[in-house]
Amino acid sequence: MPSSSLNRGRGLAVWLVFAALLFVLPLVLTSSLSLTLLSQVGYLIIVCLSYNMLLGQGGMLSFGQAVYTGLGSFMAVHAMNMAAQGGWPIPLVLIPLVGGLAGMGFAVLFGYVSTKKSGNTFAMITLGLGELVASMALMLPEFFGGEGGVSTNRVYGQPFFGFNFGPQIQVYYLIAVYCFICTALMYAFTQTPLGRLLNAVRDNAERVEFIGYNSQRIRYTAFIIAGFFAGVGGGLAAINFEIVTALDSISSVRSGGYLLFTFLGGAGSFFGPMIGAVLLVLSSVLLSGITKAWLLYLGLLFMLMVMYAPGGIAYLLQVNIKVMKLGRWWPLFPVYLFLALGSAIALLGFSILVEMIYHIQLDSALGPEMPFMGTVLNVDQAATWVGSVLILLIGIALLALGKRFFVKRWNLIQEQIQADGGMAA
Amino acid sequence: MLNGVSYGLLLFMLSSGLTLIFSMMGVLNFAHASFYMLGAYFAYSISNVVGFWPALLIAPIGVGVMGALFERYCLRRVHRFGHVPELLITFGLSYLILEVVQLIWGRSTVPYGLPEQLQGPLFSLYGTQFPKSRSFIMLVAVVMLVSIWLLLTRTRIGLVIQAALTHPDMVESLGHNVPRVFMLVFGGGAALAGLAGVIGGNTYVTEPAMAGAVGSIIFVVVVVGGMGSLAGAFLASLLIGVLQTFAVAMDYSLSSVYKAVGFIAPDTGIWASFLHLTLSQVAPILPYLFLVLILIFRPRGLLGSREH
Repeated sequence: MPSSSLNRGRGLAVWLVFAALLFVLPLVLTSSLSLTLLSQVGYLIIVCLSYNMLLGQGGMLSFGQAVYTGLGSFMAVHAMNMAAQGGWPIPLVLIPLVGGLAGMGFAVLFGYVSTKKSGNTFAMITLGLGELVASMALMLPEFFGGEGGVSTNRVYGQPFFGFNFGPQIQVYYLIAVYCFICTALMYAFTQTPLGRLLNAVRDNAERVEFIGYNSQRIRYTAFIIAGFFAGVGGGLAAINFEIVTALDSISSVRSGGYLLFTFLGGAGSFFGPMIGAVLLVLSSVLLSGITKAWLLYLGLLFMLMVMYAPGGIAYLLQVNIKVMKLGRWWPLFPVYLFLALGSAIALLGFSILVEMIYHIQLDSALGPEMPFMGTVLNVDQAATWVGSVLILLIGIALLALGKRFFVKRWNLIQEQIQADGGMAA
Repeated sequence: MLNGVSYGLLLFMLSSGLTLIFSMMGVLNFAHASFYMLGAYFAYSISNVVGFWPALLIAPIGVGVMGALFERYCLRRVHRFGHVPELLITFGLSYLILEVVQLIWGRSTVPYGLPEQLQGPLFSLYGTQFPKSRSFIMLVAVVMLVSIWLLLTRTRIGLVIQAALTHPDMVESLGHNVPRVFMLVFGGGAALAGLAGVIGGNTYVTEPAMAGAVGSIIFVVVVVGGMGSLAGAFLASLLIGVLQTFAVAMDYSLSSVYKAVGFIAPDTGIWASFLHLTLSQVAPILPYLFLVLILIFRPRGLLGSREH
């Protein structure tokens, strides 16, 4: 490759932009809500990336990642409480490492059992272990604090270079620094021989065995490393919230959430899970505030994504950027507009239906009137129902039509690109 | 003991469908317990209209049709992407079904009760009564087990299914529609789960959490029994059913073991609560503990074949 120095320069630029973004964002979005969101995004990026080390890079579908983040959180909380009482002199900036070591320790323990198998069996074992730890946590209230959880105070000990980490903004920058370092380390991991071998194990474990590597040990090692980063994320979460509850942070629901959003973001590329982390925060904080049925929309989106774009959002972006670079993107633009229109209409019809059913379920005592996006709908009138079904059907019809356009034009563009001598996207 | 057996047989009704689907299509159906829940809710709605006995037939058929449609329009599409997306789409479906159930039937328990014929005890044994509903579960499960076995080994369609299991290309070139066979198997597996839901839903409770409650247990059953082994699933479900039912009734803890060998367990300290946990308290985690032990000592499961 003649352009390797150019590529390296571009790679460096990407990292600089990432660092600058982490630094500048809280200065631009100054409201306390956005600061809270940004802090959560910061440590969830670490967690989702660590999860993708298993899912995307190792082909290991884990249903128990929350075990390592959660246990990391608990260890971090206890370490903070101990340090505050003068037990262990650990400064706050090193607390996430305590979480990381805890996650790693438990990954050493549980990973030995989990990584004995790959594929479906691996998934089932992680599920079982996740349930095991989650129910154990409720049985041992001394350590896990029962249903109330364990709370702590992050302001203790000597200030670190003048920071005492009381204000949220200081916590954010702590998270941001960890986020940057962990992201860089995990990216570096993908470039190591071990990272490459992990990809090879994902693609064809048998061949890896034939050239003399122990695929089980490779999976095990990757599992331990992923456990470490998951624990760091958990430790940061503990610092951020100052409270950890077993019901929430170790639950299988949480593990499922990591899986869902890592996949939505894009398991196939390194940066996909970061998109997923942003989506996770946006939907669990903002979307859940808008509608009670947010999990329904999310599940539907997830299924559509698995069916039509298994590479996630990152893959969609990559493909389009590639076409754009080849100067063939603009003919697609009207098709995309059309598709967007179709999905907006379908979504409108669907959400009216869902919200009306929910209104009848939960708020029927408030009368038949239901506020919806600035207007008021009457759930007792047949016209509203017929109307929303009609809107939904129109949207679906538009989508089907748009899909046909898209496939035709997409194939045409691919042919043109190949005729130009380029590689099809 | 009989309670344990009946619970175990219910688990088997669920895990048999899961195992069938898995061994045929290589798909671990994450939404299997959701089909179980759907069965219970369908039966609840149908029995409000036409009574329990027709619902016993209609609800599983409804669930089976939904399963078949899901296979035809969703699962088949992702089949070419590999096994992980297949598992993922069923995972997404489990979210979706849970939400739709909450949307239609609400978030709390629905009053899905037993029909009159199944209420009351069947017989008393040493002072404890054995309810009719439990024996009905056992009856249905055994009838189902026998009929699946007969269907698979004695009928033409069963032979085609078995052949498609090992040599799909050959069966296809002999003129059978293998994708349709897959669709039937998936629908059939879902119908079995639905049937389990119809009779499990009124014996236990019908609520949105019921799928999550049995979901992970039936995966444990399938792994412990050996992936894809029907007989193994049978053995494992009975074992786990009995194990859990017995454990709930027992009051021993590690501290009583201490006492038996002559020590006195400390009442304070980090390990105290651990030592004083009684067996009935840890009952919910026993299946998972069992799973871990099996994986350490017999990784292929009780009756599983060696992985190749």
